[in-house]
Amino acid sequence: MKNLSFLTVGVFFGIVMAKSEAVSWFRIHEMFRFESFHMYGIIGTAVVLGAASMWLMKKTKMTTLRGTLVGYNPMNLNIKRHLLAGTIFGLGWALVGCCPGPMYVLLGSGYTIMLLILAGATLGTFTYGLVMKYLPH
Amino acid sequence: MNLAVNASSLVQFISQPWHWAVSGAAIALVLALMTWMGRSFGVSTTFKAFCSAAGAGKVSDFFKMDVKEEMWRIAFVIGGLIGGYIATHFLQSPEPVAISPETVDYLATIGINYPEADAKGIGFVPTSLFNFESLSGILMAVGGGFLVGFGARYGDGCTSGHAISGLAHFQLPSLITVIGFFIGGLAMTHFIFPFLVG
Repeated sequence: MKNLSFLTVGVFFGIVMAKSEAVSWFRIHEMFRFESFHMYGIIGTAVVLGAASMWLMKKTKMTTLRGTLVGYNPMNLNIKRHLLAGTIFGLGWALVGCCPGPMYVLLGSGYTIMLLILAGATLGTFTYGLVMKYLPH
Repeated sequence: MNLAVNASSLVQFISQPWHWAVSGAAIALVLALMTWMGRSFGVSTTFKAFCSAAGAGKVSDFFKMDVKEEMWRIAFVIGGLIGGYIATHFLQSPEPVAISPETVDYLATIGINYPEADAKGIGFVPTSLFNFESLSGILMAVGGGFLVGFGARYGDGCTSGHAISGLAHFQLPSLITVIGFFIGGLAMTHFIFPFLVG
């Protein structure tokens, strides 16, 4: 079971998301009302320390466990697409108060309503696959 | 005996709400671990894998993929689910999430009393709005989820892929996507949501 290591990191991720309160609908609402620094502190710290560790991994030419070098597949820049896609995502994120990771964590926390939200997200993904040729990319 | 006492005080220590800096560092550690294991830190592709597994490849080539190649990601989110269970059953803080008094006051004006709005009393989800008994709640849950799933795929990533991984790799497309997250999030929170619950 070579995916056991990913399951283990996932367990850690789930505990972190719950204990950080980043899974809280109320924290997300508070963030979009700029009434607390909490979520900005979490995301800011994660990005700064994440950038430092990615930089170090690239600088030392570290090879991953799959024998590859650390990198990022760059996307083509299309401002209209990124803004539109981000805005659609943001509308949903602020309404249900959770992004994809927390949906799974909250289901584990006993919020069965997440089944509906996850079903909606899968339906949205499917719909994108049907209409993608009509959208700017 | 001593060991048992230490273990229980350790559990108590972890059970308090985590400082944002500790939480942020822990998320950076997840990113670093996933990168070291040779994979990206991204969650929303699991929805695409579900579509593909359900046969969506028959209607759109977009879903023609080898689902076996995504099993590591499925394992990761199952882990997230288990982590949520552990955090809520064994590491739960005694008090509900301490959101700011301004937010509590504001929510009361739109009919959401905090923390009573969450039946579990832990402050994670306003179950008074989102529940299986309320038609509007069901519509908001499915509709909001739909927007998240659609937007994540159109933008090729969600919060983990863009706001954390993408920004940590200094990707301009990710920065623009995150700006989009805020345009949509601010519009929902300040204009649409008060109208929906009003």
